[in-house]
Amino acid sequence: MSDPVLSIENLSVALPSWADRPFAVDGVSLQVLRREILCVVGESGSGKSVMAKSVLRLLPEPHVRVASGRIIYEGTDLLTLPPDGIRAIRGGRIAMIFQEPMVALNPLMTVGRQTDEIIEVHTRMRPAERRQRIIELFRDVRLPEPELILASYPHELSGGQRQRVMIAMALALEPALIIADEPTTALDVTTQAQILRLLKELQARHGTAILFITHDFGVVAEIAERVVVMRQGKLVEHGPASDVLLRPQHEYTRALVAAVPSLTPRRMAANGLANCAEQALLSLSGVEKTYSSRRGPFALGRRPVPAVAGVSLNIAKGRSLALVGESGSGKSTLARCIVGLERPDRGAVVLEGVDLARLSRAKMRPYRKALQMIFQDPFASLNPRWRVGDIVAQGPIINGTPRRKALGQACELLQLVGLDPKAADRYPHEFSGGQRQRIGIARALAGKPKLIIADEPVSALDVSVQKQVLDLLDELRTAFELSMLFITHDLRVAAHVCEEIAVMKEGAIVERGSTSDIFAEPRHPYTQALLASVPGKNWQQQLS
Amino acid sequence: MHGFWRRFIGNPRVALSLMWLIFIVAVAAAAPVLEPASPFAIVSRPFSPPFGDFLFGTDSLGRDLLAGLMYGARTSLLIAIIATLAAVAFGTLVGSIAGFYGGIVDNVLMRISEFFQTIPSFIFAIVLVAILAPSAGSIVIAIATVSWPTISRVVRGEVLTIKARDFVQAAVVAGQRDMSILVGQVLPNALSPLIVTGSLLVANAILIESALSFLGLGAPDLMSWGFQIGAGRAFLRDAWWLVTVPGIAILLTVLAINLVGEGLNDALNPRLRDL
Repeated sequence: MSDPVLSIENLSVALPSWADRPFAVDGVSLQVLRREILCVVGESGSGKSVMAKSVLRLLPEPHVRVASGRIIYEGTDLLTLPPDGIRAIRGGRIAMIFQEPMVALNPLMTVGRQTDEIIEVHTRMRPAERRQRIIELFRDVRLPEPELILASYPHELSGGQRQRVMIAMALALEPALIIADEPTTALDVTTQAQILRLLKELQARHGTAILFITHDFGVVAEIAERVVVMRQGKLVEHGPASDVLLRPQHEYTRALVAAVPSLTPRRMAANGLANCAEQALLSLSGVEKTYSSRRGPFALGRRPVPAVAGVSLNIAKGRSLALVGESGSGKSTLARCIVGLERPDRGAVVLEGVDLARLSRAKMRPYRKALQMIFQDPFASLNPRWRVGDIVAQGPIINGTPRRKALGQACELLQLVGLDPKAADRYPHEFSGGQRQRIGIARALAGKPKLIIADEPVSALDVSVQKQVLDLLDELRTAFELSMLFITHDLRVAAHVCEEIAVMKEGAIVERGSTSDIFAEPRHPYTQALLASVPGKNWQQQLS
Repeated sequence: MHGFWRRFIGNPRVALSLMWLIFIVAVAAAAPVLEPASPFAIVSRPFSPPFGDFLFGTDSLGRDLLAGLMYGARTSLLIAIIATLAAVAFGTLVGSIAGFYGGIVDNVLMRISEFFQTIPSFIFAIVLVAILAPSAGSIVIAIATVSWPTISRVVRGEVLTIKARDFVQAAVVAGQRDMSILVGQVLPNALSPLIVTGSLLVANAILIESALSFLGLGAPDLMSWGFQIGAGRAFLRDAWWLVTVPGIAILLTVLAINLVGEGLNDALNPRLRDL
């Protein structure tokens, strides 16, 4: 094998005294070889990002600081370099790609100027040469019409385009190493697949080494040559990608691999529900919702943005339907129209014969109980100043259940979702993301709903927790004979919990069918693209 | 909550300021016991220097400066706190309704509060006191009138961000009514910036009250620090202590309240300071 570009030797990064553990990174040693893609995998809090940041000395010192160890790059220890020295390395020799391109780019500068700045600082090229170089770079990362993109501001580009600009900026000075910190996590599946392909191709052509940080084993399977698995700041397993992915040695790695939702589509629920009459619990017909946005800060008039463009759907009693689509496809708006957080412009939302879209807020109140929602962000969806018991009991209390009885039921529900009933007396911040999502589920169940609308309930969770929450949802759904509308961008998750899938694109449903049919033969080109983009598809087929 | 108190009291500036404020409040509360005579009573010959028979000496009419300071603390603190409470109550009401309902309601309420903000606040307070005739009540009204727009702005901003959070949406889905969402879900989460702004407003209120009394617009039958400075300013060269001592009292108290307010902010938002 070739020599290492970067070698991290026995690195420990200390956390401040109030943190839950003394070291974010605890005695990690690893090497990034020339021309390879090394994936660092771990759950949130495993210290993988902190490790990457310490390479370029981007830690929020003095609270988080390197306690011991060496980071050797081209023969020098980066940790001992003076500020001038590390500045020359940053961007020039080691570049970084961040997770959220919208935040990483300056919103007040054109992307061309931002790329130009890097070249200007590190080289002596003349403006015309630099412009030429930027256009080349933009062409290299497959940005359409580089001359136009050059003069655009970050908000004028799509998420994928912004991440391409970030990659172009990282490549600008032909660095020996690129550190990519979850570069595709914020992107849609199809865009993610494109960006991964692009990174791989560029890496092969430019011979750059990439240190790729991710939490998703599917992504690892797509891109990695070698894999390092981290847990709570320690390195638990490392080896060639094929070995780690197909024959994981450490039990933690095995658990992580097992937690990746499988691509095997779920059969129709076999517990007698299939036989019952196909009676629609909820039916949507021609639901439309259009937002208007201003054309510009000084422009008159508004531009209509159709979010939901005529959706008709049925959900039968006891069935679960997954609504799959990318960000901006209107799936969340549709959910908000159903639960009455938004009023559709046109169309009907009929729940057991009553058109909810026509009811006023006060008249809607009796029907609220039947429709409950589980929210995406477990940190924003629980009031931080309320006790968990009160949060869960909130719905029944509003509907007139005496407080004591409602709190008693809340304790039972907490037990049902796998939490200690004592949790009722504590505040949300004492719980982890997965536990908070369980509280959210208990709150939704408290009203004894007929239909649960789950809006990306697991996309903010780690893979291992994701699986537990999905299994819980599935179990409760059969136990309570609930119908569920499950909104997700992840086909793997949809396949895990739902018998039926509806694919949504640009506000309309483009395909609908049973999960097994859609996985076996997707008919619409967009569904085909979505299926093809699922990261780690081939690996999962190899596994099973 | 344990971490909050440790961060709050552990800050040496906060600890010192709190000690000073507790001292001032104690003295103000105990003034009638410590000094049963009226602060306006003539007790000695005029202009007796400090550290003689009287700790801080006497003024141009032979009144005890220390007694005046103690009763002045009562007046200043009482007026400042009542005025701030009034401003916080009204400002919160306006700000939360504007932020929660948005649209036309928000526009109208915010234009009204801007109307108050565009008038220079101290001059506005002078005008109000002049119209209402000087008294403790009119000073409270004047201070509250010029202070509430700040609170309403802060609360409106907080409510705007909080009402977009998922837990408020969850309350809507659960069928909770607007008013109980606003009071039960939204406002408790807007508390920390409100406390910080409110505590800083108290300092501001003390300054306005002192300035009004200095100009002779104070409550005529109440001793106050500003009144003492106003009465003593003509004798600055002969009797320096007449303006210096109440001046230092105002300085230390306002400084202490500001430091406590800042300490509250740091302790309530620990992340802000670390990053």
